[in-house]
Order: sequence, then structure tokens, then C-alpha cells
Amino acid sequence: MSESSPPHPVTTEAPPIRALLTLAVLALTLVLLIAPLAVVFAEALRDGLSAALASLTERDAWSAIRLTLFVAAVSVPLNAIVGLAAAWAIAKFDFRGKAVLITLIDLPFSVSPVVAGLALVLLYGSHGWLGVWLQAHELKIVFAFPGLLLATLFITFPFVARELIPVMTEQGRAEEEAALTLGASGWHMFRTVTLPNVHWALLYGVLLCNARAMGEFGAVAVISGKIRGQTTTMPIMIEMLYNEYLSVAAFSMAALLAALALLTLALKSLLEWRHADLLSATRRH
Amino acid sequence: MLRVASPLPGFGLGMGILLVTLTGVVLLPLAALLGQGILMGPVEISGHLAPARVRAALLLSFRAALVASLFNLVFGLALAWVLTRYRFPGRRLIDAAVDLPFALPTAVAGIALTTLYAPSGVFGQALAPFRISIAYTEVGIWLALVFVGLPFVVRTVQPVIDEIDPEWEEASATLGGSRLRTLRRVVLPVLTPSLLTGFALALARSVGEFGSVIFIAGNLPGKTEIAPLLIVIRLEEYDYDAAAAIGLAMLGISFAMLLFINATQVWTRRRIGHV
Repeated sequence: MSESSPPHPVTTEAPPIRALLTLAVLALTLVLLIAPLAVVFAEALRDGLSAALASLTERDAWSAIRLTLFVAAVSVPLNAIVGLAAAWAIAKFDFRGKAVLITLIDLPFSVSPVVAGLALVLLYGSHGWLGVWLQAHELKIVFAFPGLLLATLFITFPFVARELIPVMTEQGRAEEEAALTLGASGWHMFRTVTLPNVHWALLYGVLLCNARAMGEFGAVAVISGKIRGQTTTMPIMIEMLYNEYLSVAAFSMAALLAALALLTLALKSLLEWRHADLLSATRRH
Repeated sequence: MLRVASPLPGFGLGMGILLVTLTGVVLLPLAALLGQGILMGPVEISGHLAPARVRAALLLSFRAALVASLFNLVFGLALAWVLTRYRFPGRRLIDAAVDLPFALPTAVAGIALTTLYAPSGVFGQALAPFRISIAYTEVGIWLALVFVGLPFVVRTVQPVIDEIDPEWEEASATLGGSRLRTLRRVVLPVLTPSLLTGFALALARSVGEFGSVIFIAGNLPGKTEIAPLLIVIRLEEYDYDAAAAIGLAMLGISFAMLLFINATQVWTRRRIGHV
């Protein structure tokens, strides 16, 4: 989003059309994007700040917040490690089938979250393909924390890798090869050459991954079993409270997630503004 | 996978970590879904897809996604154009707000849109005198899908608009082309591949969308019940075969649509050259 030079008269629309188009776009953005955000905070604060805060400190609400933070705290670092490993192998080496592999990494983007949850239940559920084996070993995945984790990992799988692969491909491998020639060990090279070159792109990927991990609903809803206080994440809790007509409580929790979304957007804009050259040029998520 | 020799270490480690997690988290579960389909066979699958309620849900999911993505194609293009070409106060803020649907959890968007457009809501009340109701109708589903799909079109088209050299437009204007003709014959062909990509991404996302839709949809079986919700309902009834059949149908139709869009893209690229 670089600043282009002021438009030349023949290469732009007539002033009335420009004004009309700008107004139409502004109005639609206001109705479509800004109004939903505003209503979340308005509804949360309907009975005052203390009522909103009180609903968040309720036992089940508090445990949902803790669970969501825990799921994100495990899944996001895992995703970062896998994304780094994937980008390293794909960007720095040449091998056959690279395009297929990238397509497979992207697969979760074109699968409905509910279908993702369904697929996980069919594999890891008690009636699933691994159900008997898992039960024999007393491993519980579906309707338990590992299931929530798997669902979150499935949905967020491409986030970090997709951000890193183009950046690392563009940077090539000359710097790494130089480090090795100068006698650095593999890890030393990775820590002192590769990582500093991609840390802004990594942070960008992690930021988006975290937002999705904390907000994922469809896949998690299928696999959680919605056991209050045990497998209820914040988005699931929002659904439960909303369906119980506990509007202030539902919107207070929603406001918490909306605040997180705003923080994510602010940090994301900051990164794009400050370090645009170190991020991948085409971004879609 | 045949690897070309490289002096860098860590290929085995990186590829190993990627393949193990990709298989365990993504590929094996999807294989389990396909396996369930193979076990059932085509006859049983079509049996599960035969009821009117299932057909209506599948049709609704794809129709609504198509309508919303077409709207996003137009609105997204206009938004991207205004954001890259025009200068007005608040432009940066709007530009940042475009990403809101990526960052805002779908359940939050769902209850917010429902509250706004419900009969008692701000927009619901405003529309009531015109006898327009949005919440708990198919229009509500379109609205939710427009919300989730919008950034895909804007963000894929924006960088391409940014790269258009004004000299092309100047040349067209100098040769006597009207502004509209220049836009249609010079600008639009350059944007077409990215528009199609954005459309495909928005479509793929909105076909399977669940969280933002179920609150505003009303979920009336046969009318406003989307396919992902029906999967959830079947799973809650422990009817894994029926759930798997609907899931497979969704996967199949989505991939067919993406393949079609991909083919269109190859065709337009060939027709107008690489851009």
C-alpha cells in the first residue's frame, strides 16, 4: 500500500463519480464493518462496566478464558515451529513435488471448519478409525483438551508457513552458505542468520495465527463436546451465553475477543507500515 | 521427493517435522473422512444426500456463498480502487478496518450482526417500515458471508491496482478512449486474474462458514439451515455416516468449483497474456 503519485486528470474518474464512489464505499464500510464492532462494545456495557466485568469473573467464564489462553499458548508456538521447519525445507532446498506440498499445506483454507472437526472426530473419536486403539491406551482426544488443540492446529496450519515461505525463498541461501563456510554450526547459522532475517515475517504470521487460534469456533464446536468448565473455549462460551439470553455476559466475552482483534489489527498495521519490505508481498489472511 | 544436493543442513529435520504434523493434523483426518466415504460406497452416500432437508441445506450453502462472493467481487473491487487511487481523510483507518473480518472471531461477528439486524436491533428497526427483514432469513446469511469474504477480494486486488502504470491509462486516453472505455479495456483485463483469485478465496471461505452464520440464519430446516449446521446436528445424533456424506459432498462441490475457477483463470490469462 505505497503512496502513489497524485492522479493525473485523464487517469482518474470525473469528480462527481469519485465523490459518489467514495461515499458509497464509506457508507458500506460503516454499516458492514464498523457497526458490528461498535455494537459488541455497546451491548457489553449496556448495564455498565462493573456488570460486564462481573460476568467475566464468573467461574465458567473465567475457566473458558483460561482454556482459550492455554489452547493458544500451546498451539501457536507449535505452529511457529512447524511453520519455520516447513519454510526452511521448502524455501531453501529444491526438490520434486514442492508445489504439491505447498498445496497440501494450504488445504485447511479450503476445508470448512466444521468438516475439519468432523474429519478429526472420524479419526480420533470413540467410533473413529483410531477409537479402539486410543481407548485401549486410555487416551482421550475428542471432547477433551487434545481435541481442541488438534482442531486449532488444523485450522491454523497454513498461517506461519504461508507467511515465511515467500520471504525465505526471496532471501535465497547465500547468507546461510557464507555462515557455514565461515565455520558456523547448523544451529548457530539458523539462530544468527536465518531467524533475524525472518523475525518480522514470523511475528506477522504468529499474530494472525494467534487471532484465529483464540477465535476458532466451527472446528472447536464440533470436537469440544461443550462440557462447561472443561472443554468450553471463549467462542463456545459466547454461543452458550447468547443462546441462554445472557446478552451482557455473551457480549462482555465477545468484547474481550474483539479487543484482542483490534490489538491484532493495530500490531499488524504497525508491522506492515514499518517493515513492509520484510513481509511477503501477497497476503491473504 | 528427490532433493537436489545443497550444502545447507537441516532438510531432513525440517521436512520431517512438516510431514509428521501435516499427516497427523490434516492429512490423516481427511483420509479418515474419505475412508468413511469409501466404506459407505456411492449408493449409501447418495442415500444420505437424498432427503429434501439435506439437499436444501447444501443448495443454500452454495447459493448463499455464490451470492455473497459476487457482491464482494463488486464491492471489494470498488473498495480496493477507492483505497488505492483516491485520497480522503480516514483512508488509512478504513484500510486497516478491511482486515477486521480476518481478526474478529466468527462467533463474535455472528452475534453482533444478529443484534444489529434483529427486529429489535438498530438496523432491524430502521428497515421494519419498509417491510424488509434480514435476520432469520436467507438475506441474513448473505450478509454474514459478505462480512467474512470481503477482505479476500480487497487484499488480492489492491496490490495489482497499485502496480498499474498510469501511462497505460494515459495512452488509452490520448488515443481518444473515454474513461469508461479505458477502465473496461485497459484496467479491468489487468485486474481479472486477481479478481478471480479473490472471488475463489471468498467463495471457499464462505461455503464452509459456520460461526458467523448460525446466529443470524434462524436455522429453519429446509429454509435457512446451512450444510455445516446439518453436519453438526447429525454428529450430535451420532449419525457419523450421514455427517460424513454431507461433509464429502461439501468437499466435492467446493473442489469442483475451485477447479472451475482455476480453469477460467488459465483461460483468461491465455486470452489477455500474462500480467
